[in-house]
Amino acid sequence: MASFARLIRLTIGAWAFLLLVIALPAPSVAQQVNPTASSVKEQQLLQELNRIQGRVSIPDQRSGVLVQPAGRDWREFRNVTLRWIGGIAILGMLAVLVIFYLSRGMVRLESGRSGRTIVRFTAFERFVHWVTAACFIVLAISGLNITFGRPLLLPLIGFEAFSEWSQWAKYAHIYLSFPFTIGVVVIFLIWIAGNIPNKVDIDWLKRGGGIIGHDHPPAYRFNAGQKAIYWIVIIGGTAVAVSGYLLMFPFYLSGIEGMQWAQVVHSIVAVLFVAAMLAHIYIGTIGMEGAFEAMGSGTVDVNWAKEHHSLWVEEEQARAASGSAPRTAAAE
Amino acid sequence: MARMKFLCDADRCIECNACVTACKNEHEVPWGINRRRVVTINDGKPGERSVSMACMHCTDAPCAAVCPVNCFYTTADGVVLHSKDLCIGCGYCFYACPFGAPQYPKVGNFGSRGKMDKCTFCAGGPEADGSREEYEKYGANRLAEGKLPLCAEMCSTKSLLAGDGEIIAQIYKERVMKRGYGSGAWGWKTAYRETIES
Repeated sequence: MASFARLIRLTIGAWAFLLLVIALPAPSVAQQVNPTASSVKEQQLLQELNRIQGRVSIPDQRSGVLVQPAGRDWREFRNVTLRWIGGIAILGMLAVLVIFYLSRGMVRLESGRSGRTIVRFTAFERFVHWVTAACFIVLAISGLNITFGRPLLLPLIGFEAFSEWSQWAKYAHIYLSFPFTIGVVVIFLIWIAGNIPNKVDIDWLKRGGGIIGHDHPPAYRFNAGQKAIYWIVIIGGTAVAVSGYLLMFPFYLSGIEGMQWAQVVHSIVAVLFVAAMLAHIYIGTIGMEGAFEAMGSGTVDVNWAKEHHSLWVEEEQARAASGSAPRTAAAE
Repeated sequence: MARMKFLCDADRCIECNACVTACKNEHEVPWGINRRRVVTINDGKPGERSVSMACMHCTDAPCAAVCPVNCFYTTADGVVLHSKDLCIGCGYCFYACPFGAPQYPKVGNFGSRGKMDKCTFCAGGPEADGSREEYEKYGANRLAEGKLPLCAEMCSTKSLLAGDGEIIAQIYKERVMKRGYGSGAWGWKTAYRETIES
């Protein structure tokens, strides 16, 4: 038995030695193999997709994006391009308005006041307008703060105060987006009937309306300029609302790239929107005599209405004559 | 002063996720936030590589450039840190970051973000080094204790290197020379505008 065991031990030993001899040159062969020959290369992956994505074993699957240099273009947009667009749009509009006011002044009522008034906007219409307008002003200031606050306001008030203010501005921006969006939807519904472009608008635009031109082209309830403001509010409001909610709910509908684009759309539309609203505020206040009353008290002087909205007055009077219009009757 | 950098030798990374675990434990990072993660590219295919990634502490950091409240700062060691007291959780740094480093706890309204959290290169934050406030907000400050980031220190294959950029680049170069191959320093071109020639 002992010799058998020795035989087995010897045989195993011989086999082990033989294996070792065969296997010995193997490592030197392996060293000449380049394991990276077929491996993925960073530059190649970046060139293919402009980002590198893989698999992660942690629950947050979005973290599978390894490198995504697209943020650089977005940075350039946010820090340079947007500031130029916003600066030119807003300061440019302010400059135009100041120059216009200095040269033209307030557009006066040519025929003076008649002392009789006509209802232009109902209490509900004014409520919707002012809720939306108040939200817009807060949204505009808090939004501009994100883009222009750091270079303009931060050096003046310091880090802590600016951060505190920006935090509240962010909350205001988020919460007031909801009444603003509802306002835009209601505005769309209540004034769509008077804001469909028609032939009268072409003539009105050719004659420069009542503000640029010096006569009073006929207009229905809303003239071409007001229709333009209406559609700016509807289209611009929809664009900022949709892009804003994309940013407010990160990753619900889009990845990082989608959010970068949403921010680009949101900010460009917003600064142009602010510029357009500056013009709207100008005409509605110091730009035109008798215009503010329409949204203030809701009634306008009949002479103002005849000068600026002749066809609308005719409509209203015809309706009053047929005895079915509470609008004109409610005046005085 | 050193210029601190991370370097992940992808040819060594075995996707054990110990760096991820070490980071979460060292800084008591809350559930749902990962300051570091391991991404496997071409998983299961020939040429598969795993890369451990966190904040790369970029040169001319995009997060710092786009922050609306300017809450980022770069330390003398080149580590990009931020102040959670100043952060308003707007998410802009996340849009700008090429590495997906900024993380947000979902404590804000409507699925929006709380104060941003990210890798600190184990260097804490603006509070006093090693203070309780610093630990609660940013985690341990190992750099102040003369130690390097824990993720790299405990990497089992020494794939993840953390330390002065020139020294870790030298280590990597020597490795590549010795073994004859290397798939490059992942993310370096994006983060530092340079690669390691090998």
